[in-house]
Formats: sequence, C-alpha cells, structure tokens
Amino acid sequence: MAKKQDNTITWDTFSEGLWRENPVFVMLLGMCPVLAVTNSAINALAMGIATLFVLLASGTLISLLRNSIPKQVRIATYIVIIATFVTIVDYTIQAISLDLYNALGAFIQLIVANCMILGRAEAYSSRNPPLKSIVNATGMGLGFTLALLCLGVVREILGAGSLFGIDLFGPRFEPWVVMVLPAGGFLVLGAWLLLFEWLKQRKSETELNPAAES
Amino acid sequence: MATETLSFIFLNAVLANNFVLALFLGLCPFLGVSGKINTAVPMGLATLFVMLVSSVCAFLINEVLVAFEIEFLRLIAYIAVIASAVQLVEMTLKKFSPALFRSLGIFLPLITTNCAILGLALFQTFKEYSFLQSLVYALGAGVGFILAILLMAGLREKLELSTMPSITQGAAVSLMLGGLLSLSFMGFAGLGG
Repeated sequence: MAKKQDNTITWDTFSEGLWRENPVFVMLLGMCPVLAVTNSAINALAMGIATLFVLLASGTLISLLRNSIPKQVRIATYIVIIATFVTIVDYTIQAISLDLYNALGAFIQLIVANCMILGRAEAYSSRNPPLKSIVNATGMGLGFTLALLCLGVVREILGAGSLFGIDLFGPRFEPWVVMVLPAGGFLVLGAWLLLFEWLKQRKSETELNPAAES
Repeated sequence: MATETLSFIFLNAVLANNFVLALFLGLCPFLGVSGKINTAVPMGLATLFVMLVSSVCAFLINEVLVAFEIEFLRLIAYIAVIASAVQLVEMTLKKFSPALFRSLGIFLPLITTNCAILGLALFQTFKEYSFLQSLVYALGAGVGFILAILLMAGLREKLELSTMPSITQGAAVSLMLGGLLSLSFMGFAGLGG
C-alpha cells in the first residue's frame, strides 16, 4: 500500500474512465455483458446502470476498509463484497421490472464476474481514499454505460429498426437480424474499435506533421 | 428435474450453445490468451478442470442451500467455491510447471472472474440438472471453450504472417474474427434448443 499518495481530486480522476481509459474501448474489460446484453438500447442502459451501482458501492466499501483487509485474502474479500452488492441489484431489478429481469437473464448475476469491477477494486479503490474512489468509480461506470449504449444503439437500429423500442423506419424496413444475434455483437464492437483506432492514427499523424493538413 | 439426455446436453454445450461464441461467456481469456496455440491449450485445459470442480461443488452447495432455504446466498457461495478451485489449479501448476505458470500470467487468477465458470454454475442450477447431467454439462462447456479458443488461436497465428492495414492491429481484428466464428457456429443452431 502506497504510503504517500496524492489525495487531490482533479477532473482527470473523473474523466479518465469516461474516455482515455474507457474500460470497454481501451482496456477491453468486462466484455461478456458488453456483447451479451447490448441487443437493444434499453437493455444496454439497464445493464450499464446496474454495473455503475455495483462499481460505486463496492469501490466505496473497499476503499473504506482498505487498511483493515489483510493483503493475502484481499481478492477473496473483494469478491465477497462485490457478490453482496450484485445480489442486492439482482433482487432490486426483479422487484422493479420482471420483463427487464428476464431480458437480462443470468447476466445480472454475472456482474460478479465482470473483471472490470475486480480490476478497479484492486488497482484503484484499495489504494485511494473513499472520496477519490467514488469519483473515479463514477467516471468508470459512466464510461462503461456509454460504451454499452454505443453498441446497443447501433445494434438495435440495424437489427430491429428501432431505438429504445420506438420504430424508426416504418414497416418497409427489412431488419438486419444478424446484428441482434451474437455474431453482430462481435462485429459491431470490432467496427467501433476500428473507428477509434483510425481516429487515433489520424490524430497522431496530424500532430507529427501539421503542415500536411493545411 | 430436467429430462434431457446426456448426449444432447453435451452437444448442446459444445456446439449449438457454445459458451464463448453463442452465450458470450469467458470472453476475457478468449481474447486475451488466444494469441498462440501453446498458451491457448493449457488455458483451455485449466478452464475445463476448474469447470468440472466448480460444477460438482456448486451442485452440492445448491442442495445445502435449498435444504436450508437460503438461496439468496447462492451467488456468494458459488463465487467463493470458484475462487478456491482456481487457487488449487494455480498452486498445482506453479509446482509442476513453473514455465507454463509464468506464460499464463495474470490470466490464471483471472479464471476466477471468468464468467463462463460462474455462468455454468448458475445455468445448471436454473436448468435443474441432476448430478450426472451437471457433470456432462460442465464437460461440454469446457470442451466448447477449448474448441473456440483453439480455433481463434489458429486463426490469429495465421494472421501474424499476413499484411494487415495498420488500423486493425490490436483487438479489433480479433473481435472481427470472433464475429465470423460466431456466424459459422450459428449453423449448429438447429441442433440444440
């Protein structure tokens, strides 16, 4: 555990999860729910919010307990803490909307096995004070939700011709069914990554020789 | 109690509902360790082993939980069992094959957070499989995982030798490959239910 640490909370603490270290697009963590539940925008949003809550709650608790958890059993402790909050989310969603619960299926309980949450617990919450962890976890969770929405929106528009359940193209639209099937998840995420990589390369090229652009 | 035959359960888990390519479980190791066949095979075998162990444990634990009517503890109990099973595999590998242990690196402890394993434990509970059915289901899921990760590793080794546009270097091309594999596995969809 680092003794001297920077306790100042900057904009960067919050925003690194949103974009620069986006858990999905940059670090490729927590892929299973990303691909599995994003066949519609509403499922993606619900999953994002559920994950955000677990990330926030477990991050806060782990950060509060960070000095009293023995190092040898820390992973087991984190997992049990995370599993507790996931159980809460599981029963809450079941109480709020049974339709949503059935649509998300086992993937709510599988939030436990989302490596992003354990990764953040180990890499961030266990080393930083509670307030900073909360800010960072919020950023990460929002970044995760954003990424899920990016996928969910594209897949729902292409695969079902609708957005949040609202029909977009009228009855003559022939849905591209493969996009809501598993294969579509891989392909859409691959396409997003290609797009970001292309943007990144274009940006670094213009930085290297700015004269070429003008 | 589910009435499906054992061969149906096995084939269903390997092909029609392949854990990786149809159910999106266990994607982290699938994308992370599939760079080379040499590391993909031991990873697959380790996962298979953990799956078998945790399937048996999960079945027994579920009996206990149901008997005491404390099913809400299921998730916590399962994940604790899986974490211990992974610890066991890790210690065994470290003792008998340190080189392999190092090459698998961080992905070995991450089997704990491999959702394929927790998913397996949960699905067999939801489907109310008997003990033997659970075991066959775990075997099928493990074999399916090995199949998927091997196919992927083979494809990626071939890709190393070919010229690709610079933007596809990284995870994007792996995901595209995954998509194509998943498309081809859709052909098995008629087999299962």
